[in-house]
Amino acid sequence: MFQLANPRRFYDLAQRLEPWVWAIAAILLSYGLYLGLIVSPPDYQQGETVRIMFVHVPAAWIAMMAYSGMAVASISSLIWRHVVADLFAKASAPVGAGFTFLALVTGSLWGRPMWGTYWVWDARLTSVLILFFLYLGYMALWSAIEDQTKAARAAAVLCLVGAINLPIIKFSVDWWNTLHQPASVARLGGPSIHPAILTPLLVMGIAYMVLYLAMVLQRTRIEILEHRLALALAADASRADRDTSTLSHRSAHSPEGAL
Amino acid sequence: MSEYLAMGGYAAFIWSAYGISVVVLSGLTIFGFRRLDRLQSALREFDSERGRS
Repeated sequence: MFQLANPRRFYDLAQRLEPWVWAIAAILLSYGLYLGLIVSPPDYQQGETVRIMFVHVPAAWIAMMAYSGMAVASISSLIWRHVVADLFAKASAPVGAGFTFLALVTGSLWGRPMWGTYWVWDARLTSVLILFFLYLGYMALWSAIEDQTKAARAAAVLCLVGAINLPIIKFSVDWWNTLHQPASVARLGGPSIHPAILTPLLVMGIAYMVLYLAMVLQRTRIEILEHRLALALAADASRADRDTSTLSHRSAHSPEGAL
Repeated sequence: MSEYLAMGGYAAFIWSAYGISVVVLSGLTIFGFRRLDRLQSALREFDSERGRS
């Protein structure tokens, strides 16, 4: 576990795992889309629009999962100061923002025909919109602070403060009167959905989780390379400074020093 | 087939939801790989330049 705190080791492991993770995601996504778009019947109340659920609910799950992962990484970053934890959290943000955006848009595309409106300012919808802004704020904070060590710490604190929003999202449908239906999969007493609808939903859910994993591994590799490049450039710049000072010193004495 | 595509009159909502999901997820994936490629070549270039001097 602690070996993974070494960026190079993490990079190599991620690089070796990634092709398999992408492949499994592709297989599961194809199977999930086949089940969701072809095999599953229309719902007796929602009609065909129930198919939107197969891309809406998994996106919402990943939106929360990505933030939870970011929060765990932020805690490890604050306690152990692991570079990989910082880079993993940083890498999760655009992925989480993407899935949150999809949860909002697909939900609104379902809401229009079923509720009669694209949007209502109720607890569930508003708290997920706040989640989306938390992702954007987190990314903005990273790019606003030049010193990457300071940026990592500030971003980790912001992430943990924002984590209070996660239980609010989860329980918003129970705590407040809302148009959004309560949990129907992850609830006490088991799912309340017919298997014909539940199976494609769960397959798509697992497919999205695997896809999320692939995307986060890829983005963490990107951040590791960015980090490596920044370190190399900084080292080069300081060496260049030293070189020019010794160069001018030497060239005063010998012509070959002027190279 | 056209009956299937019409999705019981909800085609616009259903296909938009699937369309935007495909665009966002594949967009993130493809841009990610392009950035990885660019970074890898930048680092290679950097290493070879440093190797020469």
